[in-house]
Amino acid sequence: MPSHDPGTNVGPPAAPVSNTRRRLLDAASGPLHPVARDTLVAAVSAGWADADRLHAEGRTARALLDRSREVIATGLGVRPAELSFLPSGPTALERAVDGVRYAARRRGARTVASAVEHSAVLVPARARAARADDADLLEAVPVDRLGRVDLEVWQQACTVPGTVVAALQSANGEVGTRQPLEAARAAAGAHGIPLVVDAMASLGRDPVPDAWDVLVGDARSWGGPPLGVLVVREGVRWQWSGARADVEHGRTDVGPWVPLALAAAEAWQQARATSLADAAQTRALIAEVRTAAGRLPDTVVVGDPDDRLPHVVTFSSLYVDGEALVGAFDRQGYAVASGSACTSSTLEPSHVLAAMGVLTHGNVRITLPLPAVSPGVSADVSDFCAALAPTVAAVRSELGVGDL
Amino acid sequence: MPVIRLARLVRDLAAGATDAGPFTVRVLATDPAAAADVPAWCRMRGQRFVGAEQQAGHTAYVIEVTPTAPAGGH
Repeated sequence: MPSHDPGTNVGPPAAPVSNTRRRLLDAASGPLHPVARDTLVAAVSAGWADADRLHAEGRTARALLDRSREVIATGLGVRPAELSFLPSGPTALERAVDGVRYAARRRGARTVASAVEHSAVLVPARARAARADDADLLEAVPVDRLGRVDLEVWQQACTVPGTVVAALQSANGEVGTRQPLEAARAAAGAHGIPLVVDAMASLGRDPVPDAWDVLVGDARSWGGPPLGVLVVREGVRWQWSGARADVEHGRTDVGPWVPLALAAAEAWQQARATSLADAAQTRALIAEVRTAAGRLPDTVVVGDPDDRLPHVVTFSSLYVDGEALVGAFDRQGYAVASGSACTSSTLEPSHVLAAMGVLTHGNVRITLPLPAVSPGVSADVSDFCAALAPTVAAVRSELGVGDL
Repeated sequence: MPVIRLARLVRDLAAGATDAGPFTVRVLATDPAAAADVPAWCRMRGQRFVGAEQQAGHTAYVIEVTPTAPAGGH
């Protein structure tokens, strides 16, 4: 007889049965930095309570939450009161844009955003424009072949009356290209338009941007758990229409689970301590992948080769589909990604690649983990580079397109 | 995939027409990916993308193929 109800029977997961060593080359969603993982486990016992309660447990949770906020705020160069935790990065991003627009609702409702922004910016803005039957409510500014926003069109877009919010990524998480934030913010600022910067792909991996009015991050990018970070610079007019109480400075309706915030802060500290060496190492590894992929027949390596995130690369090969490539690499032990980073639909081509005018099929995306998360990352990349040509050739011949 | 059928067709047509001049191929596709992929194919294979025409239920992509154009490239 069991001593307790067997419950869901989920229990600790069994280790995946596999004879091949797994090599993680898709770290967009984790796993956690090992130290942050330990902190998370410890915090589940120490910081479980509601931080608004007045008892000792609640006060402990509050102290841990305050400390977490302080660590991340200091890292971003902001004050703790400017920073809120939201349930996820995309939630924080949608909220960031919403808050600027709502605060300016008397002046207009028009959004300017690059065509390669996250779907958390583009999809709601497009839906609003459709509801209002006014396509001008969203101007999706085109990008060049490398994925960089067209600054002339951007500047022009900011002059249109009724434009109240502009959104631009620090760098694109799918192709790695950095955006010219200084110039984009100057153009928006000249017309009193706050700039929302989506740094979900870059925080912890690339220098913290400072040309922004509202900043959004996701703790996953620096080896933390999924947790949104929303920073509203002091003095920026921002208001959430749904604010009911002073939860997270009035920017969300439920406070974060404290263990997640603490793990995010721990991961930040850890990533920060080795960030320069990590960036140099991953930058060189991605350069290796770019070179190896560039030698494949009928393959384009997309994104800016130099002015880019250190740890991300995408390439596309003619005549193969991304799913077949992901499967072929997976069978050899490599976890790689394909297609759009932020839509689940496999039928629609990646809006990022489409906006850049590059090949959207046969796409492989590498997001390198922090070296502390995956100590074997250098060897994994070397082996991946060696496996590239035979794998792509094998998939092409399986699909009967080897002779094209 | 539209570009696979395009590539096969161009290969077969070009094989029988090496001494002829450029010829035009029209690709009719409903796949939204074709809008990016057909021009990308042209760029990668050194062919000329003439343009796209929206038609009822599909899009027509017009390509001018030069049989001797260098294959491959980036």
